[in-house]
Amino acid sequence: MATVEYKGKTFEVDEDGFLQKFEDWTLEWVDYVKDSEGIKELTPEHNKVIEFLQDYYKKNGIAPMVRILSKVTGFKLKHIYELFPSGPGKGACKMAGLPKPTGCV
Amino acid sequence: MAKHQTPLLDQLETGPWPSFVSDIKQEAAHRAANPDGVDYQIPVDCPSDLLGVLELSFKDKETHWKHGGIVGVFGYGGGVIGRYCDQPEMFPGVAHFHTVRLAQPSGKYYTADYLRGIMDIWDLRGSGLTNMHGSTGDIVLLGTTTPQLEEIFFDVTHKMNTDLGGSGGNLRTPADCLGQSRCEFACYDTQDLCHTLTNDYQDELHRPAFPYKFKFKFDGCPNGCVASIARSDFSVIGTWKSDIRIDQDRVKAYVAGEFKPGGGSHAGRDWGKFDIVKEVVDRCPTGCMSYDGAKLSIDNANCTRCMHCINTMPAAVKIGEETGASILLGAKAPILDGAQMSSLLVPFVVVEKPYDEIKEVIENIWDWWMEEGKNRERVGETMKRLSFQKLLEVTNIKAMPQHVKEPRSNPYIFFKEEEVPGGFEHDEAAYRQRHMR
Repeated sequence: MATVEYKGKTFEVDEDGFLQKFEDWTLEWVDYVKDSEGIKELTPEHNKVIEFLQDYYKKNGIAPMVRILSKVTGFKLKHIYELFPSGPGKGACKMAGLPKPTGCV
Repeated sequence: MAKHQTPLLDQLETGPWPSFVSDIKQEAAHRAANPDGVDYQIPVDCPSDLLGVLELSFKDKETHWKHGGIVGVFGYGGGVIGRYCDQPEMFPGVAHFHTVRLAQPSGKYYTADYLRGIMDIWDLRGSGLTNMHGSTGDIVLLGTTTPQLEEIFFDVTHKMNTDLGGSGGNLRTPADCLGQSRCEFACYDTQDLCHTLTNDYQDELHRPAFPYKFKFKFDGCPNGCVASIARSDFSVIGTWKSDIRIDQDRVKAYVAGEFKPGGGSHAGRDWGKFDIVKEVVDRCPTGCMSYDGAKLSIDNANCTRCMHCINTMPAAVKIGEETGASILLGAKAPILDGAQMSSLLVPFVVVEKPYDEIKEVIENIWDWWMEEGKNRERVGETMKRLSFQKLLEVTNIKAMPQHVKEPRSNPYIFFKEEEVPGGFEHDEAAYRQRHMR
């Protein structure tokens, strides 16, 4: 299993770069992932999405459907892609420390 | 010398059909020889390792691909499917083996130059292996690594003017038959409708927001060359309203043997003289045809557009002049529920630019399904769960006899009080006093 070291913290990640353990999530993780997900500057809007994803995951044990994310945050899907260029599944969930959403072939 | 011994796979080459094993071996040898001096960007022995991992899977009777994988390109949520091998040390060439889907041209018309262009990109940045075409109808490029994805995306869009296809819970790459470009049976311009809707629904295609996949397919006539009725959530099938056109002189010419039945498609052996009664009239599923020795008659009101007479005698019998399409909803392969075919929703729609009438149906369905659909539920399953009546309600379509599977033997459809002129009164309590549950 690959590990990542960043600012004194160690993270275990899978091959797509998702955290292995949700409990490992810290603010340093967000900072670390930011660049590879094509995000220049973190805004309150990013945090709103991340916070909602984490809340939902803690309550339900899975990531929410895109439609629910859109509804609760009030961000249109297009705007979510502007915030997280690699999309809500890959970019936003990764930053929020959620496990990789299951296969969507 | 092959990198891995593959005795089990080799058996697959002994059958009478072309073998994918031979194809992969050919590509493996070609990559090893590299006659064009390609600067391969992913491991050269990717195809060899693919054979190796498949041989191991056959031996173990278990797949060695991991479940899932999330990779993609910036701005899109679909189009690339992540694939990783769970034996990367044994098969480093396929440690990453991501699939890239590309939108195929309408009707699958290619030029040799275009195909060479795609293959130049794919030989350089991928395994060189393709699946032309996937079941959805798109170009499937099999096997590349994560760092190549953005490069491939740039190259196909900038050099080939080709976009990624669909994957995940989004609109999948729409597909059509070749339609009026080559086929006299086509009742509308499938290519134009397919291309227009692909362009109009780019957001739905690239940014997954649906409960699950959603497929459009466009068949020009009920022959169904893209099998839309069986394979697409939203099936558009060409049809006609007016009478089938019959040229009686040419019918006689078929009977006399001047025209070959079925366009000469049974040329392999001698099937004897063409017998119009046996081969056409008696084959009509609704029995709406007759031939009195001189004249062929069709009771058009009873025709179900099976196409058999038209296919057998295309020079004499033609589709009606007033053409359009039927829209059917809900076909799917078995996952949550069994396989099902599409159900007729709109019996006849005129297919004309800018296709607003069709788009209205689509968008009403999407609004409803996105609101009500459960995660991983196809629209056909939502329709079954919440009833066909509900679907009619959300699409503002009135119930009609064509919606009933067998209107003559099963005429039941539920009507609400406000839908019936004069309404009706129903006292449930009083009714239950007379009828036990």
